[in-house]
Amino acid sequence: MIKNFLYSQKVAPYIFVLPFIAVFAIFWAYPLASSVGMSFQHTMLGQPSEWIGSDNYSKLMSDGVFLKAVSNSVVYMVLTLVILIPFPMLFAVLINNKFMWGREFFKSTFFFPALTSIVVAGTVFRLMFGEMEGSLINSFLGLFGVEPIKFLKGQVTGFVALLALASWRWIGVNMLYFLSGLKSIPEEYYEAASIDGASSFQKFTRITMPLLKPTTIYVITISIYAGLAMFIESMMLWNGNNSPKNIGLTIVGYLYRQGIEKNDLGYAAAVGIVLLLIAMAINITQLILTGMFKKED
Amino acid sequence: MKISIGAKTLLFVFFSVVCVLILIPFYAITIGSFKPGKELVRYGLNLQFDLSVMSFDNFVFLFTGSHSYFTWFSNSLFLTIVQVALTLIVSATVAYGFAAYEFRGKNFLFICVLLIMMVPFEILLLPLYTLTFHLGMMNSYSAIILPGIANAATIFFFRQYLRGIPKEMIAAGRVDGATEYGIYIRLILPVMKPSFAAMAILNGMNSWNNILWPFMVISNAGKYTLPIGLKTLLTPYGNNYDLLIVGSFFSILPILILFLAFQKYFIDGMTAGAVKG
Repeated sequence: MIKNFLYSQKVAPYIFVLPFIAVFAIFWAYPLASSVGMSFQHTMLGQPSEWIGSDNYSKLMSDGVFLKAVSNSVVYMVLTLVILIPFPMLFAVLINNKFMWGREFFKSTFFFPALTSIVVAGTVFRLMFGEMEGSLINSFLGLFGVEPIKFLKGQVTGFVALLALASWRWIGVNMLYFLSGLKSIPEEYYEAASIDGASSFQKFTRITMPLLKPTTIYVITISIYAGLAMFIESMMLWNGNNSPKNIGLTIVGYLYRQGIEKNDLGYAAAVGIVLLLIAMAINITQLILTGMFKKED
Repeated sequence: MKISIGAKTLLFVFFSVVCVLILIPFYAITIGSFKPGKELVRYGLNLQFDLSVMSFDNFVFLFTGSHSYFTWFSNSLFLTIVQVALTLIVSATVAYGFAAYEFRGKNFLFICVLLIMMVPFEILLLPLYTLTFHLGMMNSYSAIILPGIANAATIFFFRQYLRGIPKEMIAAGRVDGATEYGIYIRLILPVMKPSFAAMAILNGMNSWNNILWPFMVISNAGKYTLPIGLKTLLTPYGNNYDLLIVGSFFSILPILILFLAFQKYFIDGMTAGAVKG
C-alpha cells in the first residue's frame, strides 16, 4: 500500500522536490523570519532577548557609520555596473567573430581570475596597490614621474583598487554570459542587415543590443546582488574589517561588525533587513524599467 | 561575418593587451612565490625578475616545513568533493521534479527558487549562525554543506537543461514498466552527463574558494579549509608572507588544472542552458 502510494505519479514529484522544500524551510524561510523578529529585539547570543519595537531601525537611520556603509555599497554597485556590463558585452561581440585569431585562448584566459579564491586575489591586489615605491602599481606610475600613492588610505584611490579587483575577477565571467546570449541570435539577421546596407554600428545597436536584452537583464540582476552584498573583497584588501575612516566599509561588513564582532544580533539583523529592502527595491525598479514585467509581444 | 586582415590584426593586438593586463597579477604572484617574505615587506609585490633574491626556499618550506598547509589543503579537497557530489545529485533530483511533472504548488515553489537567487545570502548570516549554534553543528562540515545542498542556481540550470529532453522518453519508460524513480535514475541521469560537467566546475570553484560562511562556523584549527588557513596567516601582528604567497600560488593549481581539463565542457555547458527565459 505505502509503496504504491510513494510510487504513484501524483506523489513522486513531491518526493523529487522534497530536499528543496526542506532546505528552503529550514535554512532560508526560518532564518529570514527569525531575522525579521530579531531586528525588533535587543538580543545577544546566549542571553534572553527583549522586544524593543522599532528602536533598532530608528537608531540605524541616525547612525553615521551605517549611512557611510550604505553609500559605499551603493556607489560600489553602481560603478561595477558601469564597468562590468558594457566592457564584457563589447568584448563578447568582438571575440564572437569566428575569424578572429586565438579566440579560444582569450576566452579561457579571461576566465582565469574567477578561479582564484578571494583570499588569494585580495592579498595579491593589496600588495600590488601597496603604498611603497616598489609596489607594482606605484613602480609603474613612477615611470611617468608620479610620486608613490597611498592607495588604500584615500577614499577615491581605495575605490580604484576595489574596482580593479572586481573588474579583474568578473570581466571574463560576464563575457561568457554575453557570449551565451550571442549564440542564440541567428546569423541570418546580420546577413539580411548587410544586404540592406546596414553598418556594423547599426547592426550592433539595432540587432545585437535588443536581442541581448534577456542576458543583459540577468547580468544586471546578479551584479546588483553581488555589488550590494560585497564584503570579503574589502576585508581582504584592507586586511581586516577596519579601513581608515571606514572608506572600505560595506553594508555586510557593518552587519558582520555589529553581529559577530560586537555580538549585537538584533541591531545586525536590522542592518540585514535594510539591505534586503534596498536590494529588492533596486532590483524590482530595474526589472520594471527594463520591461521585464511587460507582457510578451 | 568575414573581416579584413587589418581588422583581424587590430583585434588580436587589442585582446593581447587586455590578456597581458589580466595575467599580470598571476605573474606577480608566481615571481613573488620565489622571493623571501622580507623582500615583499620591504619592496612590495612587483614584477622584478631578480635572480639574486629568488630561490626555491619557499617551496622547500611549503613541502617540508612545519605548518598546517597540507591539512588545510586536504580538508578543502575533501569538503569540495563531498559538497559538489551531494549538491549536484540533490539539485539534479529537484530539477527533474520541476521539469518532468505538473503538480500543485509547483509555480509557488519555483518562485522560491528564483527568490533565493535574487536575495543576498549574506543577510541570513546571523540567523543561520544562531541556528547552527542551536543545532549543535558548529565546527562541522555539515553546517557548510547542508544549507546549500539544494542549490538554487544549480537547480535553475539543470531545469533549463532538462526542458530540452523530450517528454516521450519518460512516457516510453512508463510503458516499459519502469517506476517513476527508475525512469529518473536509468533514463534521465545518463542524458544529463554534459550538464553535470559544467555544474561540477562551477560548484567546485565556489566550494574550493568559499570563505565567509566556513570562516564563521569553523573555529577548530584542525578543520580549517585552505582559504581560512591562508587568511590566518594574515594577522595584526605581522604577516607570514613566506607561506602565504607560495601557498596562495599553490592553491590556484588544482582548480586551474580542473578548469583546463574540462574547459570545453565548461564553456559549452555554461552557454547551453545558462540564460534562457
